[in-house]
Amino acid sequence: MSETDAIPVFKSKADGGSDVGITNMSALTSGPGIKSAGEVFAVILVAVIVVGGMELALNIFDVPQYVLPKPSEIAVALVYDFHFIAPHLGHTLVELFGGFAIGASVGLILAAVITQFPFVEKIVTPYILLLVTTPMLALVPLLILRFGFGYEPRIIAVALASGPMVMINAATGFRRVDQGKIALARSYGASTLQIFWKIRAPMALPMIFVGLMVGSIFGLLTAVGAEMVGGGFGLGNRLTSYSSMIQMPQFFAVVLILSILGILIYVLFFLLGKRYASWEA
Amino acid sequence: MPPKLGVKGATKVYSTRSGDLLAIDRCSLDIMEGEIVSIVGPSGCGKTTLLWSMSGLHGLSAGEVQLDGVPVTGPNPDISMVFQDANLLPWRNLDANINFPFEIKGIKPDRIWVDELLNRVGLEGFGGRFPRELSGGMQQRAALVRALSFKPSVLLMDEPFGALDAFTREEMNRLVEEIWLDTKITIVLITHSIEEAIFLSDRVVVLSPRPGRVANIHTVPFARPRSPEIMATKEVFDLTNAIKQEIVGTQQSRYADRDAAMAESLPAAQ
Repeated sequence: MSETDAIPVFKSKADGGSDVGITNMSALTSGPGIKSAGEVFAVILVAVIVVGGMELALNIFDVPQYVLPKPSEIAVALVYDFHFIAPHLGHTLVELFGGFAIGASVGLILAAVITQFPFVEKIVTPYILLLVTTPMLALVPLLILRFGFGYEPRIIAVALASGPMVMINAATGFRRVDQGKIALARSYGASTLQIFWKIRAPMALPMIFVGLMVGSIFGLLTAVGAEMVGGGFGLGNRLTSYSSMIQMPQFFAVVLILSILGILIYVLFFLLGKRYASWEA
Repeated sequence: MPPKLGVKGATKVYSTRSGDLLAIDRCSLDIMEGEIVSIVGPSGCGKTTLLWSMSGLHGLSAGEVQLDGVPVTGPNPDISMVFQDANLLPWRNLDANINFPFEIKGIKPDRIWVDELLNRVGLEGFGGRFPRELSGGMQQRAALVRALSFKPSVLLMDEPFGALDAFTREEMNRLVEEIWLDTKITIVLITHSIEEAIFLSDRVVVLSPRPGRVANIHTVPFARPRSPEIMATKEVFDLTNAIKQEIVGTQQSRYADRDAAMAESLPAAQ
């Protein structure tokens, strides 16, 4: 009489389709797609008008370069100074990938483990929230004091910024249990480990991608911020250096590189999400 | 010869926040090899609990379930389950879904048998489709193939066609009959449709309202294959009504006490 298992409740439709959870990938995969040549033309036309209009306006109103450089000047700076900026881009990438790899792995593992133990989760959640909401940039001066001006403080900061973000989203994914699917696996004699890898993990995958995307963007932010605080290399360092020398075209060339980097990260996870988690959208 | 599936005094108590809940109470039922038995009863009477106990998915508080005379203590490779919704894994295509039981069990599927099943249910050539690209009927047919793919000797079906429209449902009923004619597999089916229960079963078991007890067992005497026309005969009509009466009758009696109490508490009419 000591059975404590829950009453099995299986309502596929009433529970909101059970295949679709609280969250979905729409934030990642429902961007408007370009469908026809006409649309491509329109997109290019608008881009030309925006960039050309800026160029024209800056010329007409004779805006000085140190206030806002013309797009053409930025393009020239990007081409002529790229060989000089490139190594710094490399440094930033090392920090980003290094920190993100550590942060995301730890975040994923913690999410997977913690969601298995609701009691532990209850205790740990406030601290995770604290880590998510505290800007990890605030710790950079301290980290520099302890680890010097090399990669270490930046990688640590990136890991601290991206890890909790990955974890909190992945945990949301792992918490979505569909008792029907678990019962299905159990009816074939699945072990706890098999249920994790074949049911829980795939169900969590869409949220894991959301976490990875948000986490990596947070990581990029933190890497650049940390480079601005101290140390003689990295794109963030270029920003402070160029602005102090009032080399505005070069400054904006770096900003442009950072934007492209951010977009590439977004596109990467967009495509991964589309490939491996589109069943939910 | 022991029965294929023997339910002996099955009792299940759930511990809930508001106290213990007796879901099924001393249910006993012998299901013979090759028999199709339906379980009907009012909502919440413990049908699903009874079926889950048969599958070994959860244990009993008292009593036991035996397969070929051997107690069932957990999921059993000889028993296969079809769930309320098709319960396909949405991130796997049809082939991968059907392969799922074999992945879990770590055995190789019998391709010839699986292809034969797919042909039989009309799903050949759909292997690359994902569940969301299939209609409700196709999904449930795929679930049926998955359930039969590893050649179980008992098929337990938990309201398998409840979400389907009436026509698809009839089609599925004929399909189940066809599969039974081929395999003579033992089937236990939970359903809300008395017509479905009569069309498919050798016996229809009526459960009482919670706690579920075996209230009555009706034998359906028609030979198979059964034509849809038998459903329009007087015998079926009478049987349907009798079962309906048993289910609805018990439900009414549940409210009778409350209604009487309410009537008493009302002020007398002027």
